[in-house]
Amino acid sequence: MCPASWNNLTAHELHSLLKSKQISSVELTEAVFARIEKVEDKVKAYVTLTKDEALKKAKAADKNQDFSPLTGIPIAIKDNMCTKGILTTCSSKILANYLPPYDATIVEKLAAAGAVPVGKTNLDEFAMGSSTENSGFHTTHNPWDLNTVPGGSSGGSAAAVAADECILALGSDTGGSIRQPASFCGVVGLKPTYGRVSRYGLVAFASSLDQIGPITRDVTDAAWLMNVLAGHDPKDSTSVNQEVPDYRKSLVNDVKKFRIGLITDLMGKGTDEAVKAAIKDAARKLQSLGAIVEEVSLPTFEYAVPTYYLIAPAEASSNLARFDGVKFGHRSKEAPDLLTMYYHTRREGFGAEVKRRIMLGTYALSAGYYDAYYLKALKVRTLIKQDFEKAFKHFDVLISPTAPSPAFKIGEKSADPLSMYLSDIATIPVNLAGLPAISLPCGFAYGLPIGLQIIGEAFAEEKLIQVAYTYEQNTEWHKKKPSL
Amino acid sequence: MKIDVEAVAKLARLGLTPEEKKLFTDQLSRILEHADTLKKLNTDKVEPTSHAIPMKNVLREDKVIPFQDLVSILANAPQAEEGMFRVPRIVE
Repeated sequence: MCPASWNNLTAHELHSLLKSKQISSVELTEAVFARIEKVEDKVKAYVTLTKDEALKKAKAADKNQDFSPLTGIPIAIKDNMCTKGILTTCSSKILANYLPPYDATIVEKLAAAGAVPVGKTNLDEFAMGSSTENSGFHTTHNPWDLNTVPGGSSGGSAAAVAADECILALGSDTGGSIRQPASFCGVVGLKPTYGRVSRYGLVAFASSLDQIGPITRDVTDAAWLMNVLAGHDPKDSTSVNQEVPDYRKSLVNDVKKFRIGLITDLMGKGTDEAVKAAIKDAARKLQSLGAIVEEVSLPTFEYAVPTYYLIAPAEASSNLARFDGVKFGHRSKEAPDLLTMYYHTRREGFGAEVKRRIMLGTYALSAGYYDAYYLKALKVRTLIKQDFEKAFKHFDVLISPTAPSPAFKIGEKSADPLSMYLSDIATIPVNLAGLPAISLPCGFAYGLPIGLQIIGEAFAEEKLIQVAYTYEQNTEWHKKKPSL
Repeated sequence: MKIDVEAVAKLARLGLTPEEKKLFTDQLSRILEHADTLKKLNTDKVEPTSHAIPMKNVLREDKVIPFQDLVSILANAPQAEEGMFRVPRIVE
């Protein structure tokens, strides 16, 4: 096999090659960096590359006798997860020089599993956005069409997987930030149940919604990575102390008798015709494989976007109060007194979208508006959750498009925040209800990938994986590669 | 709905440029108009959900576990002195 093509294999394929010593992790890591050298100028997936550290870890992996599934596998980490002594910027100027004094729990877990982190990937500043255009540094380009966005906020991670600039990647998902970029870049993205994966060391955006998860080339890799990520962490009081199954056991090619609900509310006039056609084809495919597919309506979905854009900014406005120029990050040179220091530091350090959300959240929480906006949104959140509960009485999983359209052009929505917000309509309800969901490739339109979203009940990742795996094994979409 | 952008920015300790003030006045009004669609739903008898997954307080023994690497914490500070964060004068 040609060494130049190792970097486009999956982790489970590479695991066999590494284990049988047909290749070494050092060779694989070199191949990944050679690929980065070749295409990164066009894609711009990374904020920071850590080649020296990666090669050291690869060398150690090659000496490791006890070969676990991720040993020696190069992985990219979204730049909002703390890596000790390695820049963690959240793609924000306010954290441009931040060197965390500790590792996020998931970074420790990856290290214990022998994975090889190759770098930190670009995101919309503080994970606020759907295109990476809000990055304080640069916009990432979609490997399928460099004039389009990779999605966001984990756009760097999704683009790096799609462009073969890593084997696996981590994303975080607050309103769709793993699934929507996975959909736009033609890869697999899994947002676990809230509390399934530790958030310790994930720079907080909206604490009741944030969750870390895998972005991979196929469903098998997602299951492998979930095995490492999932589990209780005493350092995260919202992580759930519940046994973690072996997700690889759910890689079963069988959906017979599975009851699948197609969400009609996401198949209406706001959704691109080609996307609708691809989702209907996917539904028929699952049906032909023995699943029982029926339509289902979740009428409160039309309220999910406004609900989210009150709750998430409210939590963000409070989480981002810590960026004040005192303990870390940027401090304005114009700081004659404390208050002026706060104003100028935050004016200079934050980009427009972050400021917009801090403003929106502060307003929604302020005296006189709290009941009308924030509390109202929390109540509608209950109704959205109840809609899901009703649906799951009849269905094992629900399916929908991951996004209403394929990737949009760079600049197309950046001047209109509301139209950007509405592009998250299919993913947001899932976060509000704390549920797990996966996006996987299910077709193409205009030369761009389309994503199928599969949603499950809380802690039903195994069902998602089984349905997604069955669909994948019986289709060819995940084998398509962009030509860069 | 017209937002008093300056008052909100003050609450958020957020400096805004004159352009941002103008831009946000328009944009936030539009976003809030959209948020007003929630008023169509009757939620009189609905309990609010702050966390989707039921949780309880998590308690542990109140034991101090010192962080060993103070140097790398203070290395991130814009200004540090004698093991402390230095800030502009607070009290006159």
